[in-house]
Amino acid sequence: MLAVEVNHIVKSYADKVVVDDLSFSVAQGEILGVIGPNGAGKTTTIRMMMDIIKPDLGTVTILGEKLTEASKNRLGYLPEERGLYRKLTVIDSIIYLASLKGMDRHSTEEKADELLNQTGMLAHKTKRIEELSRGMGQIIQFIVTIIHDPELVILDEPFSGLDPVNTELLKGMVNDLRNQGKAVILSTHQMNQVEELCDRILMIDNGRTVLYGNLTEIKSSYRNEISSVILDFDGELGQIPGVIERCTHKGYTELVLDGNTTPKQVLEGLVTTGITINRFEVAAPSLNEIFLNVVGRNHE
Amino acid sequence: MNKTFLIFRHEFLQTIKRKGFIIMTLIVPLGALLAIGVYQLISGITEPPVEEVTTIGYVDEAGGFDQYTTHGNIELIRFNTPEEATTALINGNVSEYFVISGDYISTGLINRYTLEKQLETPSATATVIKNFLTYNLLKDKVPPETVYRIESPLNLVVTRLTETGAVAPEQGGFANLVIPIIFGALLAASLAFSSSYLLQGLGAEKENRLMEILLSSVSTRQLITGKVLGIGTASLAQVAIWVAATPLLLNQASSSIGGFISTIQIPPNLLALAVVYFVLGYLIFAVLSVGVAAVSSSVREAQSLASIFTLWTIAPFWLLSVIIAFPNSPAWVILSIFPFSAPVLVILRLGLTGVPTWQLATSMAVLVLCIIGGLLLASKLLRTYILMYGKRPNLREIIRNLRSG
Repeated sequence: MLAVEVNHIVKSYADKVVVDDLSFSVAQGEILGVIGPNGAGKTTTIRMMMDIIKPDLGTVTILGEKLTEASKNRLGYLPEERGLYRKLTVIDSIIYLASLKGMDRHSTEEKADELLNQTGMLAHKTKRIEELSRGMGQIIQFIVTIIHDPELVILDEPFSGLDPVNTELLKGMVNDLRNQGKAVILSTHQMNQVEELCDRILMIDNGRTVLYGNLTEIKSSYRNEISSVILDFDGELGQIPGVIERCTHKGYTELVLDGNTTPKQVLEGLVTTGITINRFEVAAPSLNEIFLNVVGRNHE
Repeated sequence: MNKTFLIFRHEFLQTIKRKGFIIMTLIVPLGALLAIGVYQLISGITEPPVEEVTTIGYVDEAGGFDQYTTHGNIELIRFNTPEEATTALINGNVSEYFVISGDYISTGLINRYTLEKQLETPSATATVIKNFLTYNLLKDKVPPETVYRIESPLNLVVTRLTETGAVAPEQGGFANLVIPIIFGALLAASLAFSSSYLLQGLGAEKENRLMEILLSSVSTRQLITGKVLGIGTASLAQVAIWVAATPLLLNQASSSIGGFISTIQIPPNLLALAVVYFVLGYLIFAVLSVGVAAVSSSVREAQSLASIFTLWTIAPFWLLSVIIAFPNSPAWVILSIFPFSAPVLVILRLGLTGVPTWQLATSMAVLVLCIIGGLLLASKLLRTYILMYGKRPNLREIIRNLRSG
């Protein structure tokens, strides 16, 4: 059974189409990265999945059924715009929000202790939320999202505002969720996090799907479109036909090729220059480059 | 456990734990108790003073005014000449004196002399002088009972009858206005406070970005219902405490202030109508608060927007003297049907003149219809705007978005 099936959803506000015929699915035990520029329609899509906003057209199936009040208990959602009751203590906040997910007080307290301990927050259990730092508050929000052991977890910009230590902590916990067989949807602007964590990606621009599929396959398919080679050499490089840009990095140089030149032709050209080639490899484009390429092309 | 109940319980407990709520609950009865205490202190009732005898002098130039010189604690002392009376006044032997002129019978002229600067003659003094003159004029001419009747010719007892001729349960008068004014004030205060708690609750959840987290667990309907009922129950409990304290305060007041307060009774129909109008009033302001909180970007903005409507609960008190002067004006009928002013105004009018059944029925029907319509509109506004942050939409945008669904 697929955790999420979204079929041809459309949402408009007044005259503006915010989400335009979007379809995707998420399987159990995988992390789908949802990426796109600001205003692409990511949050609206997630809100439609959560039944907070109704789509004008199309269907959303969550854990094999249309989302109901009961099935909301099987979901964990960390929205981009998030907060907690500032006057409540950490444990009271967790208990109240977990009770709305169907958990009783006793099991919530047990699980809260475990997660607070895992995140190093146990000492802050009885503090008021307003006494915590922003990062600490986000850890508590993450705990609230997963405390009821949801089968599907939707995380909208979970790492924003976190320091590197807490980012690593949360990344580890997200990976654990996948390893436990949960389906995870991760919406973020941080491409390196997507590359590191996600199995598949859905790239949205202007409410439409512009890229969707396995991350490795997408990167391979862009090898030819965004063509560059990595070169480590000794000697004087000189002019190489077909190379439009050189980027010098520590220990290597990246040669960006024009659209008509293949890496093989560049290698042949390099051999004729007489330099010593220590390393030559075709560079796989980063997700950031693919993003800029696709989104930039759409906005030209 | 039912999620609406969980929200209800959370909101109820959070509301009654608020410092502002606790202070308000206590301040109303304590404030009234303090006012009674201040009254007692000022009027000296706590330590009843020894009644001092006031001495007023008089000079009888007309002749024959020599009896009936003691009136309660006022004693009249005769002087032969105005000079003697003036000396006694300056020496403090009399507080004032008056001269019955020689041609009094034809002119009625009485000259009064005092050391105090007064706007007019105090009524007690004027009554004593009048009764002294009347008695001395009529003595030996009519029986003493007739003299007393002339002094006090009227003991007016008014009885209000119903249309069937039976004695009406509510007899009117100022004593019967006290309870509706107290109830009206409690109603206005509780409506203003409860809608303020609701605004603060919803506004803070929007401001703290909690709304989306809550909506991932519950529906908009469950959220609104739980909140409105939870905060409404807390407000009702607050009013119940105030109402429960009212008889105690009235007893305290009547034991010290006395007079008409001891005659006050709380008519059962007024109590029932007060409860009905509290519930309807709370619900109309609750749906309004939900709508206002949805389109506002902060708690402060929501409160200033909502105050435009909550002012209508206080407005009947501003107009109280006009209502008393012109109780049957058509303006009050219109304002008794207008949903925002109806709850408090109807309760006040009940104490003044009574409100015809058709007006009560129309007022309640309009309130119920507005609550249902308002609830539908507020839910739609909440769904559309509660997740929009930072900027308040203008009226045109709201109408356009409501139309487009």
